[in-house]
Amino acid sequence: MDIFIQQVINGLVLGSIYALVALGYTMVYGIMGLINFAHGEVVMIGAMVALTVISMLSDSGLPGIVIALIGLGAALPVCMGTGFAIERIAYRPLRRAPKLAPLITAIGVSIVLQNLAMLIWGRNYHAFPPILPTSEHEIFGATITGLQIAIIVIAALMMAGLILLVQRTKLGRAMRATAENPPIAQLMGVDINRVISLTFVIGSALAAVAGLMVSANYSIAHYYMGFILGLKAFTAAVLGGIGNIAGAMLGGILLGLIESLGAGYIGDLTGGFLGSHYQDVFAFFVLICVLVFRPSGLVGEKVAERA
Amino acid sequence: MSGVGEILLEAKNIGKHFGGVRALRDVSLTIRRGEIYGLIGPNGAGKTTFFNCLTGLYTPNGGELMFDGKKLQASAPHKAAQRGIARTFQNIRLFGNMTAMENIMVGRHVRTRTGVIGAVLRDARTRAEEAAIRRRAEELLHYVDIADRADDLARNLSYGDQRRLEIARALATDPQLLALDEPAAGMNGTETEELRVLIEGIRNDGVTVLLIEHDVKLVMGLCDRVAVLDYGAKICEDVPAVVQHDPRVIEAYLGGAVA
Repeated sequence: MDIFIQQVINGLVLGSIYALVALGYTMVYGIMGLINFAHGEVVMIGAMVALTVISMLSDSGLPGIVIALIGLGAALPVCMGTGFAIERIAYRPLRRAPKLAPLITAIGVSIVLQNLAMLIWGRNYHAFPPILPTSEHEIFGATITGLQIAIIVIAALMMAGLILLVQRTKLGRAMRATAENPPIAQLMGVDINRVISLTFVIGSALAAVAGLMVSANYSIAHYYMGFILGLKAFTAAVLGGIGNIAGAMLGGILLGLIESLGAGYIGDLTGGFLGSHYQDVFAFFVLICVLVFRPSGLVGEKVAERA
Repeated sequence: MSGVGEILLEAKNIGKHFGGVRALRDVSLTIRRGEIYGLIGPNGAGKTTFFNCLTGLYTPNGGELMFDGKKLQASAPHKAAQRGIARTFQNIRLFGNMTAMENIMVGRHVRTRTGVIGAVLRDARTRAEEAAIRRRAEELLHYVDIADRADDLARNLSYGDQRRLEIARALATDPQLLALDEPAAGMNGTETEELRVLIEGIRNDGVTVLLIEHDVKLVMGLCDRVAVLDYGAKICEDVPAVVQHDPRVIEAYLGGAVA
């Protein structure tokens, strides 16, 4: 088995998930100049809701893919509602407050959601029932599972859809206009409160999908999973250039690849001194390097003035 | 649409202060349908502040604005646009990262209805509306004569073209009153002349124009009536020929005693 190809495949899978989550961070930042640190928790809620529904249906005899879709169908509205509520309760009242205030409420919301999830689902790890067909395919000497292919393809389709929405529709124009200059957008008849709400709702829908993907990919979910995932997706957004949609996609995929290849080779490179459990170190090493050497990210611009 | 000559906008005793600075003091003026109305005055006289009150960006501290026979709600840019007031800015405020075409299309927001569900489903009504928005935007690009720059990002347009684009974007909201804040600033003679023709055309097409301008020649040649602000108060309002020779106006502009 070719380790390099294998790690590239794993990196693409991981990167697709990071990209979906990073989009939620970057869209909100682009429109409001705010880092929604509670976004990782929305992913967690998506995973938990989907997993709960899927577990309940796992013995129903329905085909696995149908069960997974029902799980997603339950997670989507819950996450969208959560995202909508977060903005309404925690951010909108602080729209004119200093930038530090919503940052603190963001962390507060994150803690509240984590604890809420702990109360509902407990502190235990929940296993993802083996409902999905396991098929393995050989490519270039490496294996890729049907699930991995599905994750990559679905993420790519969703990102393409998002680009079309933002570039080609009236709502997308309203979003871009609001991002550039909210008062002027308002003067043109754009209801910026609605646009901001919708931005949270769309980001949360992507998070719901990402949540299902993560729990299916690692066969596990728990109330704390959103924290580290959120941090990494945030790193991906910063890597690409926060506020930039294409940047979040690129940053997500790159970060997935860096982590995966890093974890694959770190043992060889350090003569076995460091093992693949140092995977998480790479993400934050990347974050530090980007902040030091290129704070505007790979495709970003003019970050400093808004941050 | 009602007849030319009726009162379109009536400002009654508009006041606005920032801390201790009184930017507007009891400014009253009336603008009639179909006219080009000039608002002039030295720097800092309160012209732009008046614009901001008119378009809902500022809330006046006193007074009342009546537009088209009904009270204008203070501090609601969205409402002002809906009621038919559009404006441009002294320092151009286009959406720089959007194309010229898209800038105008955003201007159509105030007159269109379809929402999110439509954006996702792309139903027939949404597609028809989108096509109508695009058609109107194309018309307006031709109207202000920048059709060849349709797909360029707004920030890459020349200064004069940006001014024209901003006017087109304002017109996209189907205004009854178009308020232009120093549209000729930074323009050369030829560009100013082209602008004069454009503004006259806009008026002839039925839009009332309120013009803030420093270029006295342009104002006097173009406006039907002119009001002069000085230190936040209106000191004169009349036809250009009279305003030009009003001693208070001359004093305001030349500062103090004139021999």
